[in-house]
Amino acid sequence: MLFVSGIISIRFFHIFLSTFTMTKLMEWLLGLSLIGVLWSIVTFDLLDLRISDQYLQVAWPLPIYLLVAFGCYSLAVVGYRVATFNDCETAAKELQEQIQEAKRDLQKKGLHF
Amino acid sequence: MIYCRTDFLHGVGIDIMASQMKTPKDSDKYSVLLPTYNERENLPLIVWLLVKYFSESGNKYEIIIIDDGSPDGTQDIAEHMQKIYGPDIILLRPREKKLGLGTAYIHGMQHASGNFIIIMDADLSHHPKFIPQFIRKQKESGYDIVSGTRYSGSGGVYGWDLRRKLISRGANFITQVLLRPGTSDLTGSFRLYKKEVLQKLIEKCVSKGYVFQMEMIVRAKQLGYSVGEVPISFVDRVYGESKLGGNEIVSFLKGLMTLFATT
Repeated sequence: MLFVSGIISIRFFHIFLSTFTMTKLMEWLLGLSLIGVLWSIVTFDLLDLRISDQYLQVAWPLPIYLLVAFGCYSLAVVGYRVATFNDCETAAKELQEQIQEAKRDLQKKGLHF
Repeated sequence: MIYCRTDFLHGVGIDIMASQMKTPKDSDKYSVLLPTYNERENLPLIVWLLVKYFSESGNKYEIIIIDDGSPDGTQDIAEHMQKIYGPDIILLRPREKKLGLGTAYIHGMQHASGNFIIIMDADLSHHPKFIPQFIRKQKESGYDIVSGTRYSGSGGVYGWDLRRKLISRGANFITQVLLRPGTSDLTGSFRLYKKEVLQKLIEKCVSKGYVFQMEMIVRAKQLGYSVGEVPISFVDRVYGESKLGGNEIVSFLKGLMTLFATT
């Protein structure tokens, strides 16, 4: 009996796994909780790892450091992308010329503007 | 006798090679979906440009105009264009009133005879000269979707001030971080789809407006479809009249959060 119920539950688990895709939100929550657990273990010495003081001094403010670093990175990247955003002057001019050409051609074909 | 046998095999070999080399290119047809609302001025111009570039490229095509009951006479102009270019090239699929983009695509696709669908804006911000490039890109690697991008390569914009560029790049950055879509321009709506891919995606997507365009690409990635990119120039002649306000930004963020939590 135990053997059969074991087999059945494994089957359901496989079916669940094959249709299960994590949303981005779940990925983030998983990642953040993993980092949170690791950080807590190191900072609050939950596993008696006896980490030396120098490492502890770096470890406990690490999340804030990373957040600030990410903020700076974001500003730099967005700033760079705005500054190098291509301005399509020639495309705009070409469009204007083609609009004139189109109007002339369509008027010949009977369209009135 | 041996000579005859090898000659026969040689002939068969040539036939097999010839049938493998005959590409399906001759049967590819491109249906351009043009949802319009109050585009009386621009519609003839965009149709003229589409005809110009498609004729030059030699691809089979049709233009499907889906007008949502425009009060400015867009439908009359559309009928005039059909008289000029013929009902094989211009198909009219009008609707009673403004009903939304997703349903416009569905409505337009119902009578599309192409195996590829091109979606684009009818206000001349998307230039048909890029369509042959989309087609070439698609044939290169058999992409399911080819998307025009304003943000990478030689892509760019005309007619945006600093504020607009900042908002645009900032929003795109947040989207990239949260959704990691694998494409550079998620809110763009100048794309080439395989017909069955577009049908499948529209079934699955629930958002509205440009969040709908974002959702299509995100779901496409989920479903394992391949997406290629072509840099395009986006000439915005409308921005001056309708600034990007707080409301639009809020609804964009709401849409983004919804996608973040559900895909």
